[in-house]
Formats: sequence, C-alpha cells, structure tokens
Amino acid sequence: MAINIVVCVKDTPESLSVSVDPATKRVKHEGVKTSLNPFDEYAVEEALRIKEKLPGTSVMVVSVGPVQAEGALREALSRGVESAALVTGPEFAGSDTFATSRVLAAAVRKISETKPVGLVLFGKNSNDGNSGIVGAQVAAWLGWPSAISVRKVESVDDKSIAVVRLLEDGTDTVKLGLPACVSTIKEINEPRLPSLKGKLAAKKAPIQRWSASDLGLKPEDAGSAGSLARIQAETTPPARPSGMAVEGKTAAEKAAKLVDILVERKLV
Amino acid sequence: MAGSGVFVAALPLRGTFASSHELLSAGRALADSLKEPLTAVLLGGHLSDQAAELIERGADRVVIVECEALAKPDEELQAAALAGVCGGGTAKVLLPATVAGRSLAARLSVALKAGIATDVFELAAEGGSLKARRTGYGGNIIGEISFVSPACVLTLQGMVWPQAPRTPGRTGPVERVPFSSVPTRTEFVSFDGGDAGEVDLGSADIVISGGRGVGSADGYKVIRETAKVLGAATAASRAAVDSGWVPYRCQVGLTGRTVRPKMYVACGISGQIQHLAGMSSAKNIVAINTDPECPMMKAATLSVVGDLNELLPLIAAEIRKRKGA
Repeated sequence: MAINIVVCVKDTPESLSVSVDPATKRVKHEGVKTSLNPFDEYAVEEALRIKEKLPGTSVMVVSVGPVQAEGALREALSRGVESAALVTGPEFAGSDTFATSRVLAAAVRKISETKPVGLVLFGKNSNDGNSGIVGAQVAAWLGWPSAISVRKVESVDDKSIAVVRLLEDGTDTVKLGLPACVSTIKEINEPRLPSLKGKLAAKKAPIQRWSASDLGLKPEDAGSAGSLARIQAETTPPARPSGMAVEGKTAAEKAAKLVDILVERKLV
Repeated sequence: MAGSGVFVAALPLRGTFASSHELLSAGRALADSLKEPLTAVLLGGHLSDQAAELIERGADRVVIVECEALAKPDEELQAAALAGVCGGGTAKVLLPATVAGRSLAARLSVALKAGIATDVFELAAEGGSLKARRTGYGGNIIGEISFVSPACVLTLQGMVWPQAPRTPGRTGPVERVPFSSVPTRTEFVSFDGGDAGEVDLGSADIVISGGRGVGSADGYKVIRETAKVLGAATAASRAAVDSGWVPYRCQVGLTGRTVRPKMYVACGISGQIQHLAGMSSAKNIVAINTDPECPMMKAATLSVVGDLNELLPLIAAEIRKRKGA
C-alpha cells in the first residue's frame, strides 16, 4: 500500500514588499531573505499525513533554484521529509513555468528510475510568481492526470487518489489513477511545526544536487533558453488615488452621508 | 489555417457562459488589432444555442468539439480536445482565470509548446506581438510579459473586461469537429453546488467583507444581513477564516480568492498586504474601521471611522429607505 511521494517546493522571498531596480526594471533579488514558500507547507504536510496512513510510504522534496534554495528544502526536511534534491546550476537561470515544469518532470522521471513515483504534490502557487500552474504542467509533461485547488484527500491507496476540489461554483470530487499530480490549497490541513530534533537532523541532512545533464536535459531545455514567456519589465502598481473620510457627529449621520455618496456615484 | 488567430475557450460555470462573454470582448479587441479571426471553442454536445450566442457576441466562428465525455471535468481529455483545435499554428488561446481554466491552460501550454501567462488584466498587441500584464508578489509587482513561442495561452482575470454585447442577427460558421474519447485516469465522481443562492465572489459587482473586527461567528451575521440589502457577495479576511467564523471559500487575499468588484466594503479589516493582494484592484473601496490609521482606511476610496456593528445596520436601513422598500 506504500506510495513514493515527491513534493515540489520553491524558495521564495519572505516578504512580498520587494523593490524594483529602476535601471533593469526587474525586481531586486540581492539581499532578499528567502524561505520555504508558505503554500508549499500544506503540500509537505499532506505528504506526511499520507505517509502516516500508508506505512512504507516515502516522501522526498525537490526544488529548482539557486544554491540558497537548500534552505527551503531543509525546512521541509525538519518537518519529517526523508530526502531532498536540489536541481541547480547556471543553466536554470531565468526559467519560466514552461521550463521549470519540464525540469521538475525530468526530476520525477529520474527519481522514478530507482523508485517509481506515485504522487507528486504541489502548493497552491508560489508567493512570488503567483501563477499556480506548475503542478498541472508537470502532469502534462509526464502524461499523468492532475487536480488543482484540492481541499481534501478523500481516500488514497497505491492505485488511486480521490480528491475534493474547491471550485468557484461549489466543490467536486475526482478520482485520479496513480501516478498523478495534485496541487493543494490552505484548507487541506494545518501544517505541523518542525520539532527541535527535526531541525537538528535537517541541518546535517545530505541534499543531492542535480544539473541539467543529470536529468537528461539539454541546456537549451532549461533556463531562459528553454522558456517561452519573457518578462519585459517589472513595475510597482500605481498608488490608488487618495480617498475621502466620511465624517459625521453620530453614527447615523455618517451612515446617511455614506449612502448619499454611494447613491450619487451610482454604487448602490 | 489550423490553429491560427485568437481562440476563446468557452467553459461553462454555474451553467452560464458569462466568463466566456468577457473573454470575447478581450478576444475581439485582440483579433481586430492583429487582423486575425476570433474563434470560440465549445466542448461537449448539444451546444447549438450557445454557439449562436457566442457569434452574436463577437466570435467570427465557433468550433464545437463533439464528444459527450468532454462535458465532464476530465482535464486530460479537455486539454487534448482544445489542443486539437488550437494546435499547430500561432494561436493565442484565452481561458478564464478560474480553477478549471487555470488547470486546462497549464496542460494546454505544454501540449502546444506555448508560452503562458495567468491572471492577465491587460492585453495589447504591439506591432503584431502580444503583451500581457499580470501581477505577482501578491499584487505588489506588475509584470509585463511577451512570448517567444508562435502560440501562447492566457488566462484572463474576471471582471476586468466587460461582457461582449449581443448583436442579434450576427452570423458565422459553426463547425462541428468529431473527437474520439480515449481512456484517461481521471474519473469524475460528484459535484456539490453548495449554497446555490450565494452570489459568487468572482463575478459580484459588490463584495462585503468582514475581518477580525467582526469579533465572532455570530458577529459575522451583520455582514450577511448587509450583503442581502446590497445584493453583494460575502467575503472575509484570513483572520476571520482562521478563527473559524467564515468558511475558507469566502477568503479574499493571497491565500484565497482575488476579486475585482465595482465596490469592496471592508468591515473591520486592517488591510494587511496579504489581504490587499486579493482586492486592491476593486474600483471602489469602502472601509469601516475603528482605527483610522490602519492600511485599509488609507487605501479606501471612502472611509468611515466607527464600529461596524453600529454602522452597518444604519447603512442598510438608509439604503432600504432610498430604495423605498
């Protein structure tokens, strides 16, 4: 009944208050503190819960990024994940979601050579890119089924996983034959905190490092050479026009005045 | 001409094609500036009425991929069907930024070897090449995206483009394309529409939202009551959801939904950056808060200092009075 689970995670800025370099028109990354993408914590937690349910299950985390992304992998290890691999090298710089998903799919294939992967879990999206598509893209590269916006794992065994998805107009349940890719949302669980023992072990844990050639990829398959979307410029959004304080001596006066303005502006 | 021009993937939501009608107005503008045809694609069967309406709303032609299995949420099949229609050329494929749209777009980008941008809120064709604008970093950064691939896939934010108006009598060809279903590993089990009377957050003109300031699950009732009077959808901040007062599906912000209503009424929400990420594109923000210095009051179009429990019933009564009800 055991499954080999891979969780794909990203090392992202801790604070979203980033600034733009006016010369390059790109977000400044130098000196920005990073950590495990908060949405990925739910995917890591769900993997650990499946492992607790299905004895013999293994959980591995994988990330594509610069060497500092090891920090995010160690955060996952400190919560009880067994092993980690970082796909890293200059050939991966400037990857869009198309290239990143291709690389992650290649990593899953590599892992599967020794240990067939049954399930790949993802967070809702990264808190920097905000795309929320890499999970389904990895599934497409692998030719696997996928589900995103998953709020609950209804049942799981070594053959299939039934998941409940949160949609705009309700929820639905789909059953995916394994191997499959599943992207989680916050509602799925409450992530555990790392234990002190886990933190100590994670510090010393070995992390494998893979290059494009380790994954059987050509350099032009990855990084900006393998990307199809180009960021031309990054800017900060214009400030909202300054507002107006609705004043009055009493609450009733304020309410009447507010409704006057709403009616005048045809908002109600 | 296989896979050339602008394509709109018309996906139903709550049984309607309202989001497709927004895509058609974005698609029409794009097709006109690129001087390319606009094709709407329908998946499933029995869709003649919808096809006629999509043409009346601006599509030059409609392709119906006929296969009953495509009506179910099997994204493996749906992506293959869409790729069959849009592939092999320079297609610009537009999908709604919904769960289904996002998921299909992701698969389609790989199938078509097409660059992808999600949650696009602005689209332009400059000198025959496409530029899409979207936000990242929780709304703090706007990225301008272009594509090096011949084809591209875009999901468009809701409530940004107007619904394309209907021109009765506008006609165009409707092509029916056969599609043979293949076995996939995706099995649809069930759908639960939840509270059907609820106004969907993503398409509501007015959203009223409660935060920590509502104080309790019971305290949230005043938000619901006011929503009824306003005809608004109800929402909440993470603080209210994490306290268990409001279900997660109502959460607006980085961790929840992004909304762009005409008016967002923020009640007892301080306006942390994560919440602002989900609603700062609202055309008007009304903030009600006891703290005049909090970020939400600074971001608001109209701010009222005071206790929401006192103010909201008074505001609701005023509106009722004006409506003569």
